[in-house]
Amino acid sequence: MLNYSWLILLFPAVGALFNAFWGRRLGPRLVKLVANAAVLASFVVAVLMAISLQALPASAHGQFELTLWPWIHSGDFRVDLAMLIDPLSVVMALVITGVGFVIHLYAAEYMKLDDEHQPLDDRRYARFFVYLNFFILMMLTLVLANNFLQMYVGWEGVGLASYLLIGFWFHKPSAADAGKKAFIVNRVGDFGLALAIMWLFFLLGRDAGSLAFNDIFHALDGATLAVKSALGGVTLLLLLAATGKSAQIPLFVWLPDAMEGPTPVSALIHAATMVTAGVYMIARTHPLFELAPGTMTIVAWIGAITALMAASIAMVQTDLKRILAYSTISQLGYMFLAVGVGAYAAGIFHLTTHALYKALLFLAAGSVMHALHGELNIDLMGGLKAKMPRTYWQFLIGAAALAGFPLLAGFWSKDEILYFTFQQNKALYAIGLGTAFLTAFYSFRAVFRAFAGKPRDQHLYEHAHEQSQGMVAPLWVLAFGAVFAGLIGIPAAVGGLFGLEESHMLEQWLHPVFADVSLPSLPVVWELSLLAGSSLVALLGIYLAYARYVQQAGWTLFLQRLFTPLQSLLEHKYYVDELYTAVIVNPLRTLATFFYRFSDQTLIEGIVNGLGRVTMVVGGGVARLQSGMVGLYALSVLVGVVGLLALMFLVG
Amino acid sequence: MAIPLSWYLIVAAALFCIGFYGVLARRNAVAILMGVELMLNAVNINFLAFWRYVRPEEPLGQVFAIFVLAVAAAEAAVGLALIISIYRTRKTINIDNIDLLRG
Amino acid sequence: MNLPHIDFSVITPELIVIATALVVMLAEFVGAHATPSPTRSHRIALIALLGLVLAALAAVAGLGRAATDIQGMLVADDLGRYLELVVLLAAALGLLLAWDYLPQFTKMHSEYYALYLLAVVGMMFMGKSTELITLFVSLEILSVALYVLTGFHRGQLAAGEAALKYFLLGAFSSAFFIYGAALLYGDTGSTHLVDIAARASGGFLTLAGLALLLVGFGFKLAVVPFHMWTPDVYQGAPTPVTAFMSVGTKAAAFVALFRVLQAAGVSYATWSLVLALLATLTMTWGNLAALRQSSLKRMLAYSSIAHAGYMLIGVTAGMQLGLSAVLFYLFAYAFMNIGAFAVVSLLERPGYHATQDATIDAARGLFARKPLLAVVMAIFLLSLAGVPPLAGFFGKLYLFNAAVQSGWIWLAIVGMINSVVSAYYYLRVTVLMFMTEADETSFLRSPLSNATGLAIAVAMVGTLLLGIFAGPWLQQLGQAALAFAGS
Repeated sequence: MLNYSWLILLFPAVGALFNAFWGRRLGPRLVKLVANAAVLASFVVAVLMAISLQALPASAHGQFELTLWPWIHSGDFRVDLAMLIDPLSVVMALVITGVGFVIHLYAAEYMKLDDEHQPLDDRRYARFFVYLNFFILMMLTLVLANNFLQMYVGWEGVGLASYLLIGFWFHKPSAADAGKKAFIVNRVGDFGLALAIMWLFFLLGRDAGSLAFNDIFHALDGATLAVKSALGGVTLLLLLAATGKSAQIPLFVWLPDAMEGPTPVSALIHAATMVTAGVYMIARTHPLFELAPGTMTIVAWIGAITALMAASIAMVQTDLKRILAYSTISQLGYMFLAVGVGAYAAGIFHLTTHALYKALLFLAAGSVMHALHGELNIDLMGGLKAKMPRTYWQFLIGAAALAGFPLLAGFWSKDEILYFTFQQNKALYAIGLGTAFLTAFYSFRAVFRAFAGKPRDQHLYEHAHEQSQGMVAPLWVLAFGAVFAGLIGIPAAVGGLFGLEESHMLEQWLHPVFADVSLPSLPVVWELSLLAGSSLVALLGIYLAYARYVQQAGWTLFLQRLFTPLQSLLEHKYYVDELYTAVIVNPLRTLATFFYRFSDQTLIEGIVNGLGRVTMVVGGGVARLQSGMVGLYALSVLVGVVGLLALMFLVG
Repeated sequence: MAIPLSWYLIVAAALFCIGFYGVLARRNAVAILMGVELMLNAVNINFLAFWRYVRPEEPLGQVFAIFVLAVAAAEAAVGLALIISIYRTRKTINIDNIDLLRG
Repeated sequence: MNLPHIDFSVITPELIVIATALVVMLAEFVGAHATPSPTRSHRIALIALLGLVLAALAAVAGLGRAATDIQGMLVADDLGRYLELVVLLAAALGLLLAWDYLPQFTKMHSEYYALYLLAVVGMMFMGKSTELITLFVSLEILSVALYVLTGFHRGQLAAGEAALKYFLLGAFSSAFFIYGAALLYGDTGSTHLVDIAARASGGFLTLAGLALLLVGFGFKLAVVPFHMWTPDVYQGAPTPVTAFMSVGTKAAAFVALFRVLQAAGVSYATWSLVLALLATLTMTWGNLAALRQSSLKRMLAYSSIAHAGYMLIGVTAGMQLGLSAVLFYLFAYAFMNIGAFAVVSLLERPGYHATQDATIDAARGLFARKPLLAVVMAIFLLSLAGVPPLAGFFGKLYLFNAAVQSGWIWLAIVGMINSVVSAYYYLRVTVLMFMTEADETSFLRSPLSNATGLAIAVAMVGTLLLGIFAGPWLQQLGQAALAFAGS
């Protein structure tokens, strides 16, 4: 069966091409059928891949490489277009196609209206699904690649899809700007990835004759100390790439703006899948990171600080989707923290549960947005529970999972990260625990502000209505996941209480990939106390949100007043955007203006006039470079002739 | 061989440079074309001198010179035609005035 | 008298094209002038196209055979045959572009196609020359034909200006070329590359001779600082001619350059450093200048300068790896560049002045108007920018790899930085096509004719296929390069 794994790529490719060529003629019904069927088919293939992977003999080390065709052969160097099918890539493929399929279903309904609540024309409807299928294709290419170069293709591909989709409402200037911002910020990261791959090629790939993950990691065994120490630089560049794609400090600024894209896009690309590519990439290349402990520490700290910072910003945002965006950044921070302390399986676990509950939250927010004709300000909502009961429950489940409400999906995965962090560094643990408190607070702030209490904008409230089954029904699948997905990763300590052995199924499943990593463990009592601590913090956060926004207790107002100075800082998102504008954008703009002025003919002529008569003749030539005059072109040839002759005699 | 090879080469180089100067200094397209012709003919002197002094048994230099002459004639024909066509549309063949395309 | 034996099979493709050119010239007089102009033009174009296809078949039939030559002047080896294929490919695509473009402004169809075919012959001869006289004559055949083709749109001021500039500077650089040839002749007493290789002194005459020959090549290849004519000529010439010559001339000159360098009698260390510096200058200059252009044709002209710079990296890298990489790049460049020019030709407004025509604004909102065309154009541009997995990416990859393998790591890095810079102006057009709405500045010539459509389709398929089958194709070319480097 694994020999047919390429089908997983074929389906979305065919779907995208089919809709690109005939989408307009087919009409929306067939377009969505084709697009959804393509992703469903890929999901089925992913499930079959997972099943057949277990049937592999032990000698295969749980992985299977499928060469599709020889791609680059140059001298002794070869890169094939090939798929690396192992537990890690299959988990990713399951998440991408599974969550992707639900989001496709939802989008089929959601995208019938455009951002101004007018019917969307068929052509753009088809285009949306072309992009979406293309995204799935590229994301699968990224995670199923067996070598760095192919991963880079996927990396750029998802970036392109993301860029096109953020700017999907391109007639809105804010959307076009957001697209541009995402594009530029991601270029910085991608540049890091390209440099890292080149560096790796020189360090290891040239001798290994390949850029395949297995060959590179294999070559590490015999690598010299010099090569190993250079890995510190390589991993830092990889980290830069990861911070770009996964919106971590310092490159997180694009993600909140990316919410300008249609909500299903926010859910699929900017919450569930693409933004986790950085985490996946670090997990995939962990043999490199393991040899660079310095970088690992940086990864962990970046993750922790990003998590805390983004969570604190989320506390004061009033735009529902932006709250979720900052929450995504914060949760990605947790994943970075996990891989930074070497708990790769925990990172992937959190990635999986997060994909489920965050997609759920985004889609529920999309339902609210639709119901309120595009309004996303939670200050204007309130009382929506009565109007949209099903959406309310879905959002509540998602928020509870996000807040780490005991026994829900987010609880287990977040706790596992905190557990491993606790053993490595208490300061990081404290930050993680503090963030968990903030998370619980801001997620329930959103719930209470939007759904509980009295409507604050009567007009909006009266127009609100529950969404059609097409949009509501798929969310129950995600809600189911948000509640129960944690059960694939119950820690051994808890499993032991119920007499379960190997209760952490995901860790068992991923074991072949991370077999080379060993993590210490703590006594069961400690583990259970940490669990209890996390539960307590989550419940406290939820209670505080309840007290503040539902009961409106006096002491909470006092607390708020206490933190007022901080609030403005948070509302301005720590002034990071302003900082970037001041430190990077403005100087660049000044420089560009300067060069523009400088190249301006008047200035050059001005300078020329100040110089002597002799230089005037030559300088006049320079000023009129490419002036359209043949004589000067001939002069340029003369310069070339003299230069070439001189050079020849100098070196010859 | 009363006259050494280098004399021919120097004359040729001098002629080449004069032609070169003509190309750079003149503004009239026909004059530039004449400069180019001068350069080509200077090279022909080289060919003939080299043939005579380096390897007189094989007439390669002469052949080359004849080809250069033929090519120069063809180029002159095309060039003059182009110049006439420009003159018809613009009423000028001063190349300083022919600068629509630039930048 | 003892006539030399001539093996005509060495030049079968060229003979076919020459014969076609003659037929095309005579075709003007057949069928009288009762036939309406476009139909007659199409008929002539069809004959020319058939000739090109036949010649290509002849070239393909020769692939893999042992190298044969005529008196040491022309050689038919696999390198030469691949060169013929690139040139014929570019010519056929350019001809399809001219199919409906030409009747818009002229009735002199026979002349156009005959000259066009003669330029093709010149290019093919040039890449097969192993002797300086042949090299010079073929260079002039292609140049003189191109001078006239550039100015073919006689009513247009820009076209005449472009032709005049091209002519004056071309003749000027030819003078340097033959000066160089004369010095090499003086050094060795021969014009045959084999003899030059054997007898070169390596002294003043050799070095100066090679430097002056490089000036001639540099002009044809648009290498900085011999590039100044390029933007003006590419912008002023009819777009089909620009498309054809941007690829064909480069292909011929690059292959000829390889042949000359192999026999230069100057050490690799010497000329490779010179070429490395020229490559750096050319890439950087071309890309920087392209950033500021508002005319698509002019932008592509500067981009073609930059691409010549990339290919010079391959030349610097030396014979085997470098040559196969350059050959690969030439094929990739033929597809993606002519494809891009084909789309540009659709954005030109009839009757507009060349300096205001086909601006990047014309591409505004192209995606909304013609989605497929916009996607195809985006693929060409992305391929030119070197985005995987398209043909241009592999072209660059092989060039840079060749440089790295032969020790030119800094040059490869300069090339990479340059391709990052170039991505900006290619993407700017892409963004304009996809992200903006059409307004009064945008334009598209419609309907899309079958010939242009076919050219675009071929270019598109080629760009994709070369990306997919890059490995096997490079191996094929590598064998030709190996045979050449070993000879």
